[in-house]
Amino acid sequence: MPSAIRIRDVRKRYGALQALDGVSLAIEPGEIFGLLGPNGAGKTTLISVVAGLARADSGSVEVMGADVVGEYRRARRMLGVVPQELVFDPFFTVREALELQSGYFGIRKNAGWIDEIMHNLDLTTKADANMRSLSGGMKRRVLVAQALVHKPPVIVLDEPTAGVDVELRQSLWKFVRSLNREGHTIVLTTHYLEEAELLCSRIAMLKAGRVVALDSTKNLLENFSGLYLKLRLDRQELPVDFFREIVSRDGDLYTLKLADFAELEGVLARLREGGIAIIEFEVQPPDLEEVFMRIMNRSE
Amino acid sequence: MTSFLTLFYKELLRFWKVAFQTVAAPILTSLMYLLIFAHALEGRVTVYENVGYSAFLVPGLVMMSVLQNAFANSSSSLIQSKVTGNVVFMLLPPISYLEFFSAYVLAAVARGLVVGAGVLAVTVWFVDLPVRAPVWVLAFALLGSAILGAMGLIAGIWADKFDQLAAFQNFVIMPLTFLSGVFYSIHSLPPFWQSLSHLNPFFYMIDGFRYGFFGASDVAPATSLTVVGVSFGVLSLITLAMLRTGYKLRH
Ligand SMILES: Nc1ncnc2c1ncn2[C@@H]1O[C@H](COP(=O)(O)OP(=O)(O)OP(=O)(O)O)[C@@H](O)[C@H]1O
Ligand SMILES: [Mg+2]
Repeated sequence: MPSAIRIRDVRKRYGALQALDGVSLAIEPGEIFGLLGPNGAGKTTLISVVAGLARADSGSVEVMGADVVGEYRRARRMLGVVPQELVFDPFFTVREALELQSGYFGIRKNAGWIDEIMHNLDLTTKADANMRSLSGGMKRRVLVAQALVHKPPVIVLDEPTAGVDVELRQSLWKFVRSLNREGHTIVLTTHYLEEAELLCSRIAMLKAGRVVALDSTKNLLENFSGLYLKLRLDRQELPVDFFREIVSRDGDLYTLKLADFAELEGVLARLREGGIAIIEFEVQPPDLEEVFMRIMNRSE
Repeated sequence: MTSFLTLFYKELLRFWKVAFQTVAAPILTSLMYLLIFAHALEGRVTVYENVGYSAFLVPGLVMMSVLQNAFANSSSSLIQSKVTGNVVFMLLPPISYLEFFSAYVLAAVARGLVVGAGVLAVTVWFVDLPVRAPVWVLAFALLGSAILGAMGLIAGIWADKFDQLAAFQNFVIMPLTFLSGVFYSIHSLPPFWQSLSHLNPFFYMIDGFRYGFFGASDVAPATSLTVVGVSFGVLSLITLAMLRTGYKLRH
C-alpha cells in the first residue's frame, strides 16, 4: 500500500526566501499526523505543494501513490484540504457552496452525504444561510465540510482550530478522531501544542523550511522533555549546592528539573539524608511545548 | 464533464443572482447612448444608403454591450475569487484547464448574449431595423463574446488587484471598442485612422455583426469572420497556455 502522502526532497523558493529547503516525509495511511513549526516555517507552503496550489522548484509529492503534477486528477481526488485562511464565496449559501464543491469533484448527486456532513458539523440550521452571514467559527466548519464532499482518504487541515472557541475546538477534535477511525488519514497543523499532543500519533517539526524533528509523539516526549518537580519544603534555607537540578525558587517552593523519572529517586534520597521534610509535592509530566522549544532552540 | 458543468453553472448563477447590476445596468447605459447620440447626430451623418444614423448605431451598441459584458463577466469573477481567496475552491478539485477555460468563456458568452439581447429588445422600439442575415449576427455575437471572455480570463489571471484590472479595461478594452466603428463607419475617418482601424480585431467583430443586419459592411463579412475566428484561436491558445502552466494562479 502506498503512503498517504510521500514528499521527496521538496524545495520551494519565493524570491530570495527559501520557503522549503529539502523536505522529505512519508505519512502513512491511518495516521493522525501533526505538522508543527513557528510562523513562517513553511507548513502552509508544504500543504500548498501537496495540494497542487503551488509548484515545487524540485522534488516530488505523491498522494496515495499519485504524483501531484503528473497524475494531478487522481491525486486531487484523494485529497481534501481545509485552508488556513477563512475564505468563502459571498454569492452562495452553505448548501450551494457544498453542492458546487461536489460538482467540481465530478459528483452530481451528493445531497445525502452533504446532509450528513452538515449534520456532523452542526451546520444543518445554517444550510440556507448566505456564507457572508456566518460567524468565523461557522465559516471554518463550512471549510471543513467543503474538504469532505468527495470523501477523500487523506484530509489536510491547516490550523483548523485557529480562532475557534473551546466548544467548537473540542467538537472538531471529536470529528477529526471519528474521521480517522473511519479510515481517513489526517494531517493537521496547529500552534496549540496540547492539541497536537492529544491528537497526533506522529509529529514533524518544521523550521525555516526544514524538517528538524520527525518521530512519534511518544518518542518526542520521552526523548526531549524533562519533567518538572515542584516541592514545598519545611525550610527556607538549604545547604549550599544541595540541588543542582534547581531552576527556580519562591520562598519555600522549589522547582527542580529532572531528565527523567529515574532521577526522582536520587532527589528523594538526598532529602531523606538531610532530614528535610516535604510539605507539598507535584510532578509536571513532559509536555510538547517543552519539546518544541528545545528542538527549535537546538537547531538555531 | 460534471466539473465543467458545475463551474459553468456557478458562473451563470454568479451573474444571474445580481442581474440588476450585471444585466439591467448595461442595458440602461446603452439606451442612454442611443438617445443621446441619435438625438445629436440623426440626419447629420449618413453611413449606408437608406439607413438612418440611429438604425446604424443600434447594432454597434448591441455588439459593444455584448463585448464589454463578456469581458466583465470572466475578468471580474476571476479577480474577485483571487482577491477574496476563494479561487482555491476551484484549484483544489481535479478540474482540467480546458474545463476551466470553457466554463468561464461560455458563461461570458451567455452574459454577453443576454445583455446584447436585452439592449436589442429595448432599442429596437426606437428604430426601424432590418435583419438581413441572422446567421451572421449570431456568429459574430458568439465569436466576439468568446474572444472577450478569453481576454477577460487573461486579464483576470494577470491582474493581482482590482485597479490593475481597471487599467486593462481602460487602456486596452475601451480604446479597442471605441475605435472599432461603434459610433461611425471607418470610411468617414482620415486614411491614417482608417488603416489603423483595420488592425483592430474589434472593428471586424462590429463590422461583421452589422452586416448581419443591413447586408452592407465596410469589409466583406467572410474576411471579418476569418479575422475574428483566427483572433479567437490565438487568444484561446494563449489563455490555455496560461492556465496549463498555472501562471499567477498556482505559485
Ligand atoms: N506567495 C508567497 N509569496 C512570497 N512569499 C511567500 C508566499 N507564501 C509564503 N511565503 C513565505 O514563505 C514562508 C513560509 O510561509 P508559510 O505560509 O508556509 O508558513 P507557515 O509555516 O504556514 O506559517 P504560519 O504558522 O504563520 O501559517 C514565509 O516566510 C512566507 O512569508
Ligand atoms: Mg500557515
